[in-house]
This record gives sequence, structure tokens and C-alpha cells, in this order.
Amino acid sequence: MLFTLENVTYRHILHIPTLHIEKNKMTCLIGESGSGKSTLLKLFNKMLSPTSGTILYNGEPLTDIDAVQLRRNVSMLSQTPVMFGETITEDIEICFSFHEKEPPSIPSIEEMCRQFYLHKSGDTKTDTLSGGEKQRLALARMMLLQPNVFLLDEATSALDEKLEKQVMTTLVEQVKKLHASLIYVTHSLEIAHHFSDTVIDVTPYSLAKER
Amino acid sequence: MENDMLDLGFWQLVAAYLFIILLLIIVKLRKIPREKEIFIATLRMTLQLLLVGYVLMYIFEQPHPLITIGIILFMVSFAIFNIYKRVDMEVPRRLKKMVAFSMIIGTIASTLYFNLVVIQFDPWYDPRYFIPIAGMIIGNSMTGISLGVQTLVEQMKSKKKHIEAALMLGATPKEATRKIVNHSFDSAILPTINSMVGIGIVFLPGMMTGQILAGASPVIAIKYQIAIMLGITGSVAFTVIIFVQQGYKIYFNKEKQLVEES
Repeated sequence: MLFTLENVTYRHILHIPTLHIEKNKMTCLIGESGSGKSTLLKLFNKMLSPTSGTILYNGEPLTDIDAVQLRRNVSMLSQTPVMFGETITEDIEICFSFHEKEPPSIPSIEEMCRQFYLHKSGDTKTDTLSGGEKQRLALARMMLLQPNVFLLDEATSALDEKLEKQVMTTLVEQVKKLHASLIYVTHSLEIAHHFSDTVIDVTPYSLAKER
Repeated sequence: MENDMLDLGFWQLVAAYLFIILLLIIVKLRKIPREKEIFIATLRMTLQLLLVGYVLMYIFEQPHPLITIGIILFMVSFAIFNIYKRVDMEVPRRLKKMVAFSMIIGTIASTLYFNLVVIQFDPWYDPRYFIPIAGMIIGNSMTGISLGVQTLVEQMKSKKKHIEAALMLGATPKEATRKIVNHSFDSAILPTINSMVGIGIVFLPGMMTGQILAGASPVIAIKYQIAIMLGITGSVAFTVIIFVQQGYKIYFNKEKQLVEES
């Protein structure tokens, strides 16, 4: 199991008696606004700690794992992408410095961006990108970082329906190629059913049901 | 030459006040509602300086290590409270502790180094040297830290999403706040660097002017001024580095999560 949750609560937002998330699978979280989907994602990479209960990652309690090391393996992207550098290349270099890793070459950065339908050169200024372009850059950036688990919180929300499907197709392909796992939040039921092995319905302060 | 000091007579000082009276008349005629502030500020400055003049005279005549240490501690405490007052934002309680810690360590270490290694006067507690030098170092560090605190508090709030996004990707708190910490350091140290660049050309510093007016040779005054400027820059940088290197940490818990500070 990738993640196992036992009696996990977070303040008055979330209560999960038991939940299993499988390794190397595409898992989607759906639910109403405010149901705790983002909170649940944040619990997976220790951006938040549960009020009570246990979360196991690959069988090991999250409390025993260093938060920074965990986040380098279980990385998360939120709905509003943040740009760290002035240009696309610099942005990716800064993210690699977070992982203390050598950044990829400019051609491989541009190639990954192209795969996510972002046809821009590495020296493009990030503040000239639209919301949707920033989301695609953030996805390409995360893909280059190659974590074991991708946590995405509505990371394709600014894209139109057609492009969102194309980007999700690339994303799932790439995640599979890396033998990684994807846990993502979406509002689109179509996306949820089309691109997931498991769909989990998160409802406020009650059992998260697997469909 | 050192004995050529020109004392100011009573009437000469009165003539200096005429400047302010002239200013008050202009302000009144132009209907700028600031007469009260100018009058109070002039009165306060006069009374404070008269008081400090007599206190210093008394201390200089009877030098004692405990008195010197007591005055320095009073100056540092006053500076710390002044920083809390100057920053027009709510400063988290733990950050206040960090301000006090860096001011105490930074200014005392800088003052001791400057007095004992650079100037080397004897006895080490001679208030005639110790107090004015400590005053300059503490005063400038206070201004630096105020600007540093302001920037740190403001940016930790406005760049919250940025910090969180970096943490989510596996950045350490140090890396996630690197830009903010550097920016806080810059805003604290830039005024001191700018004053080093402009000194002697754009303006003559107060200490040097005072020494020259009091009869010292400009060469001696300049040597002192160079030493003091280096001391001030060093102590501002040192104090602010201690502050920013420790200050950002209060915003994170042991799980490296961003916490709301109050």
C-alpha cells in the first residue's frame, strides 16, 4: 500500500476511519467544495499533521519520516501555480535547487514543456505566461523533478476541456513511465472517471468512500 | 590645534534659535499646521540634550565600570523597545525575542571589538569613549533591524503561497524563505551602505563635523570617522545577520510546516 489511513481526523474538517491508496495507481479525490480534499492531500505530504490517527507511507508512519525528505518523494502542486524564477529555465533550476539536484539541460526542459503543450523557449519570462500556461509549466516542472508520488490539487483547472484532457493524458503516461503514483483532486467527473483507477468521494467529517 | 576649541556663548546659542523662530513664522504665514510640533520638538531636543550633557559630565568625572555597563544596557533596552514601536505591523512574540537576542549579542560584541581592539583606550570602561561609540553602534543597528523586521514580517505574510509552494515541492524552510531573508537583509543594510558611498562628498557626518568644530585636526577626525563607519557597517550587518538567520525559523514548526504566528 502506498498510503494507509487509520482513524484520521483533522480538526473539524476531516474524519477518515480507514482508507487505502494503492501504489502505482491513479487515484482521484472528488467531493463538494470545503469537503476536505485539499486537506487530505496536504496530510499525505505533511504540509498538515492529523489531529489524531495514523498515516502510513509504504508501511512506515509519517511521523517517523523527515518532512523535507518526504516532500521530495511525495510532491504537491496547488491550483494556483507559483513561479519561482524569472524565466522558464530559471524557474526549473530553482526547483531543482530545492532538491539539491543538478538541473536538466535547456533542451530537455523545453521538450518536457512541449509534451505538456507549452511551446515556449527556456528564456521566456514566466510573468508573461497565462494562468493555463503557468499550470502546464508547473506540471512539466514537477515531472522533471520525478517524485514517487504526484499530489495535484486541481492543477489543470485553468485549462479548457480539450486541453485538460490532452494534458491529463500526457500526465498519466508520464507517471506510468516513471512507475510513480498520482493522487489528484478534480471537479470534473468526466476527468475523474476517464483518468483514474480509483475514485474516492470525500465528504466533510465522514467516511471517504471508494467507488 | 586641539586647543583651538571655539566655545559658543549664550547669545550665540540664542541666535541659533532664531532659525527656528523664523521657521515658525514662515509656517504660520503659509498656514501649515505644524507650529506646535516644531515648538515641542525644539523644546524636547533642548531639554534632552541639556540633561544628557549634565549626566555625561557627571559620569565622565567619576568613571566606573558598573555605571558604563549600566548605561550600555539601558541604551540597548531602549533601542529594543524602540524597534517594537517603530515597526507598524504586529510583530509575533517569538520574533520580538529574536530582535532582543540579536540586538544584545550583535551590538555588545561589536562595541567590545571596536573599543578593545580598534580604538584601545584605557581604562576599557572610560565613558568618554565607550558611551558615544556604543551609542552610534546601537543607534545604527536599531535602524537596520527595524527595517529588517518590517520587511520580514510583511513578506512572510504576503509571500505565504510562495513559501508553501516551495515546501510542497520539498524545499527546506531555509530555501523556501531564501529570497525573503535576503530581501530583509538588503533593506536593513542598504541605508548604511548608501551613507558610506555618499560620505565626505554629499555630506560630512555629524561626528566628524563635531570633532572639527571642537578643534580637532581634520585628519584625526577623518581617521576616527573611517573607523566608526566601518564599525557601524560591521555591527549593522552582524546584528541583522543574526536576526534574519534566526528570525525566519519562528514561522515553521518541527514538521517544517508554515505556522500562523501571533
